Amino acid sequence: MKAFTTHRGLVGPMDRANVDTDMIIPKQFLKSIKRSGFGPNLFDELRYRDEGQPGADCSNRPLKEDFPLNFPRYKGASILLARKNFGCGSSREHAPWALEDYGFNAVIAPSYADIFYNNCFKNGLLPVILTEEQVDVLFKEMEAEEGYQLAIDLPSQTVTTDSGHVFSFELDEFRKDCLLNGLDEIGLTLQNADDIKAYEAERAAQHPWVFGAIK
Amino acid sequence: MAGRTLYDKLWDSHLVKQNSDGSSLIYIDRHVIHEVTSPQAFEGLRLANRKPWRLDTNIATPDHNISTDKSERDAGVAGMTDEVSRIQVQTLDDNCDLYGIKEFKINEMGQGIVHVMGPELGATMPGMTVVCGDSHTATHGALACLAHGIGTSEVEHVLATQCLVAKKMKNMRVTVNGTVGAGVTPKDVVLAIIGKIGTAGGNEHAIEFAGSVFRDMSIEGRMTVCNMAIEAGARVGMVAVDQKTIDYCEGRQFVPKGEMFEQAVVYWNTLTSDADAVFDTEVVLHADDIAPQVTWGTSPEMVSAVTASVPTLDEQPTEEKRKGLERALEYMGLEGGQAIESIKVDRVFIGSCTNSRIEDMRAAAAVAKGRQVASSVKQVLIVPGSQMVKAQAEAEGLDKIFIDAGMDWREPGCSMCLAMNADKLGAGEHCASTSNRNFEGRQGNGGRTHLMSPAMAAAAAVAGHIVDVREFAGGDQ
Repeated sequence: MKAFTTHRGLVGPMDRANVDTDMIIPKQFLKSIKRSGFGPNLFDELRYRDEGQPGADCSNRPLKEDFPLNFPRYKGASILLARKNFGCGSSREHAPWALEDYGFNAVIAPSYADIFYNNCFKNGLLPVILTEEQVDVLFKEMEAEEGYQLAIDLPSQTVTTDSGHVFSFELDEFRKDCLLNGLDEIGLTLQNADDIKAYEAERAAQHPWVFGAIK
Repeated sequence: MAGRTLYDKLWDSHLVKQNSDGSSLIYIDRHVIHEVTSPQAFEGLRLANRKPWRLDTNIATPDHNISTDKSERDAGVAGMTDEVSRIQVQTLDDNCDLYGIKEFKINEMGQGIVHVMGPELGATMPGMTVVCGDSHTATHGALACLAHGIGTSEVEHVLATQCLVAKKMKNMRVTVNGTVGAGVTPKDVVLAIIGKIGTAGGNEHAIEFAGSVFRDMSIEGRMTVCNMAIEAGARVGMVAVDQKTIDYCEGRQFVPKGEMFEQAVVYWNTLTSDADAVFDTEVVLHADDIAPQVTWGTSPEMVSAVTASVPTLDEQPTEEKRKGLERALEYMGLEGGQAIESIKVDRVFIGSCTNSRIEDMRAAAAVAKGRQVASSVKQVLIVPGSQMVKAQAEAEGLDKIFIDAGMDWREPGCSMCLAMNADKLGAGEHCASTSNRNFEGRQGNGGRTHLMSPAMAAAAAVAGHIVDVREFAGGDQ
């Protein structure tokens, strides 16, 4: 998995609450059997004036000019500034795949839906949680300054603005460790194979109906 | 020591290892697989040279992108006209064949929407941990399972290790006491709960639904409620075991028989929250306050009683709410203050993992019987949740009732709930839908979804607009 340590980059906005995963990557793109290539269809219905089709070239599609991420000033954004409950709805990991493929390394929001939040960490995409007030400050600064950048430091768990704000954020120790080191979580779990086998043997003895029925 | 909640018990009994960094390794009993979120997981397994940890834990079926049209379905996977979808279903078949995973293939008896199929085959049983690469996996919690959706990386993780790295959630209890009135269904109860706590209300929590309303509810009704826990932000929704749970499980294909069944029942009967268990969050509603519900906006929390009106901009408490409402009304093509019953519908969809079981089919048929779809309605799709539901409905003659009323009786699948196949709304069309999400574009680019119960959706099909089924039921037949 891709590691995340520190990142400094241009900030782009998604200024609405409850952005759902259907909005992040509409269903027609879930037919792919690949993990990559979803970036051109990120926010497809908000971003383009026509209806996107899987596999179609997006480079000449008509853009919705009022969608902020289409503004020239946000071109190349690598940090998405968002509102609360970002990523609600379906469990599709295509949502973080699309954000990552588009070029985002991190999202900053006051809160996330649980499954989306979890999926981000599997893909080297850091979902930063700041307070609503802090997110408001960042939105105001971003709107006031073209080319607005932020610095995110995972080891110290901080977001730093050029104006001098340093905002701390929380995250679980194990998630931080996996992200910092780009660890293979399956490999880590398999180091516990003996524990898993021991648990399984005990469970099979106590609850035998859980095993063997489906063949 | 304080008592334990149902969730605490399920968590404790699946804990393989508690790590020093606060994470835990949790054992997974049942893994349900479908075509959309699994191909990348199987590919990852192969790239890392790994194999599934266990085979008798997995059960697979195609459901999300398959056609519900009989002539296309009769041609099987090879006859799927959408080439991209065909490759995805073929990939599921190939992966299951390669590893020896039990799959109910496209037209086999047993095939169905993953969350209809699992319980009806007895593949999910009380006390199990159940995961699937689909957020509506909480459905299985109706059988007192610890069930939740996972992403594709975790599908691969479960295939390879039979475990997940997890962090324990908080406990929430949603209590609804009293007796619901006529015409008020499990769908209305869960929509009312979402309306009260909001789409993020259950974030970081596992919800247990408790109180007389859920005790009185059938198991299928409890599935409808648990199914939509995710729409209240909770990955997990559960109802404790009672005699109904045990009666539901007995005799199903993968449920043990004889002595082993008796042994299982002794354990299943322990799957309730202790009387002195403490919940981190308590939510209480009363049955008397719940009328048939309809969503008017673009989030499941944008919901009202059918007798109400669409909210107005000036009654919004915050600027954020005002902006959200303004955007939703614009998308939905509605005016603040407009009566919900004045909303005309262009299409009707009765199906999805929320409402496609036999009781849902019966409820819709009871309204449709002897009536006709309004001439202004372009299409009414009735999509049973599984081959077994379809066969049962046909045995009861429900298909005839629907067809006589001018409705389309289809083949099982997810269909217009997420519109990955050809069943979709056109831009600007309003749909009375028994599915679970009314997000922008969910049922088709520009489509406008109104979530409601099967009886309400059938009534809307006949009336041509949203209508209170309680008054409708007494009308002319």
